[in-house]
Amino acid sequence: MSLFDYTIKELQEKLTNKEISVTDLVKESYEQISKTDDEVQAFLTLNEEEALNRAKELDEAGVDAEQFPLFGMPIGIKDNIVTKGLRTTCASQILSNLEDPLYDATVVKKLNDAESVNIGKLNMDEFAMGSSTENSSMKKTRNPWNTDYVPGGSSGGSAAAVAAGQVPFTLGSDTGGSVRQPASYCGVVGMKPTYGRVSRFGLVAFASSLDQIGPITRTVEDNARILEVISGQDEMDSTSANVDVPKYSDALTGDVKGLKIAVPKEYFREGVDEKVKESVRKALGQLEELGAEWEEVSLPHSKYAVATYYMIASSEASANLARFDGVRYGKRSENAKDMMDMFKMSRSEGFGDEVKRRIMLGTFCVKLRLLRCLLQKAQQVRTLIKQDFDQIFEKYDVVIGPTAPTTAFKVGEKIDDPLTMYANDIMTIPVNLAGVPGISVPCGFHPDNNMPIGLQIIGKHFDESTVYRVAHAYEQAAGYYKEKPQLGGAK
Amino acid sequence: MSKISKDQVKHVANLARLAINEEEAEKYSEQLSAIIDFSEQLNELDTSNVEPTTHVLDMKNVMRKDEPKEWISKEDALKNAPDKQDGQFRVPSILD
Repeated sequence: MSLFDYTIKELQEKLTNKEISVTDLVKESYEQISKTDDEVQAFLTLNEEEALNRAKELDEAGVDAEQFPLFGMPIGIKDNIVTKGLRTTCASQILSNLEDPLYDATVVKKLNDAESVNIGKLNMDEFAMGSSTENSSMKKTRNPWNTDYVPGGSSGGSAAAVAAGQVPFTLGSDTGGSVRQPASYCGVVGMKPTYGRVSRFGLVAFASSLDQIGPITRTVEDNARILEVISGQDEMDSTSANVDVPKYSDALTGDVKGLKIAVPKEYFREGVDEKVKESVRKALGQLEELGAEWEEVSLPHSKYAVATYYMIASSEASANLARFDGVRYGKRSENAKDMMDMFKMSRSEGFGDEVKRRIMLGTFCVKLRLLRCLLQKAQQVRTLIKQDFDQIFEKYDVVIGPTAPTTAFKVGEKIDDPLTMYANDIMTIPVNLAGVPGISVPCGFHPDNNMPIGLQIIGKHFDESTVYRVAHAYEQAAGYYKEKPQLGGAK
Repeated sequence: MSKISKDQVKHVANLARLAINEEEAEKYSEQLSAIIDFSEQLNELDTSNVEPTTHVLDMKNVMRKDEPKEWISKEDALKNAPDKQDGQFRVPSILD
């Protein structure tokens, strides 16, 4: 039994009753990291001294969970979210020397204000571009359920750390599935909130119209509690929405009677593993037993989502990544003769292969006439994809399907073929394009490889409450959240 | 066969401020052509009356009050600079 098998609420009761201290929690985290991270390789930077000092301060101050909803809770942060005084690299060589990004992201500030404790920074695909965390220039994170397998990506470190019991909660970011797919692969809960729900200030931008920060946890309840803390309008992010933040944890009633579920046939087509389909159908059966109703529907433009995404995301990325030029921060090439040379060499030496490929694709899209037309087309198809969801949500409360077409794949299995890698995101990408919220919850294990399978629940704009309610009702009925890998402390 | 020639790749790499060699130009021309081939499936759809979406939320001209605030000091801003001089960022020469 680990302390991290308890929920936030249970841990705070233990803190209040003085059964445990914040120092115990923080030490538990670093002990589990030192036991397992040689194999899992989830963390890029540890914040140990600072975190232990902070724990001591909080212990001395005494628990106040009323005022500080995450009092004493250890948290890990994806390395594309900036943390004042703590190295932030985006797993890229070009930022490998950025020891102090000078300010805290809004989410980090909110977590600090809620009196959580930052344990360290987590590995990811470089600049969040990838689906396996193999594009990290720092290390290769492994899946705690079986270290021959990838943890998914791009928030692979964030998902693996939770699965391995190193930290109970982490933040990831999701541009095309980067929170939900690794959560699915690692058997944990990952939420991508509505676009605009969480401030992106201090999230190193990849594709600004798609990026959202979201929590990764073991249970739906904890996930809801963290999103409550990090949500809300922020004057530092003009795309953060002026929409009230409900108390998501109050939505977890277990009641799904009369709920209307849409099940898109496109999410069960060829290419989706039969056993994955079976697990998802079984989950729908369980929700039916709980009183929900489901019907097959069509999201006819789903098949165009991947192409749409790669045009839009790459174009936005090529502009966002122009800022890395070796002038103000980050690595500068030492071999440059003049300024143009310095730009080119710093960027070529500093960026990895996938990042360069997407910058190139994006630059083609905005500069070459043939492709400018295709980008414009992609933006129109994005409208059609969004309308698909709008129409479904007139009649249904949530959309349910698999999170990913398969379970985790083996390390090195897919990395050589970009198009196959991209196709992996086929059921998560439409959610970012439409801007709606989506969660992945564990819904079983594949009989061939014993790797976790994820169920995706998608909701209306700003209706995370219903998404959480359904996810929680299913989770409690199915009970997979009690399972953990051996590396995470299972007997 | 490739939609994107090596010369186009080199031209765009220059615009993107990336130094690439012959081998990389070859590789990108193949890979980007494959991605573009794949993306041309979008042309199957008739979108003549469809407005493009660049942003999913209905928000326009979001402003905050234009007031000066404490932010990063000049000293801090220079802290991460690869090269600096007299309180400014220093770069290699622009002209010969």
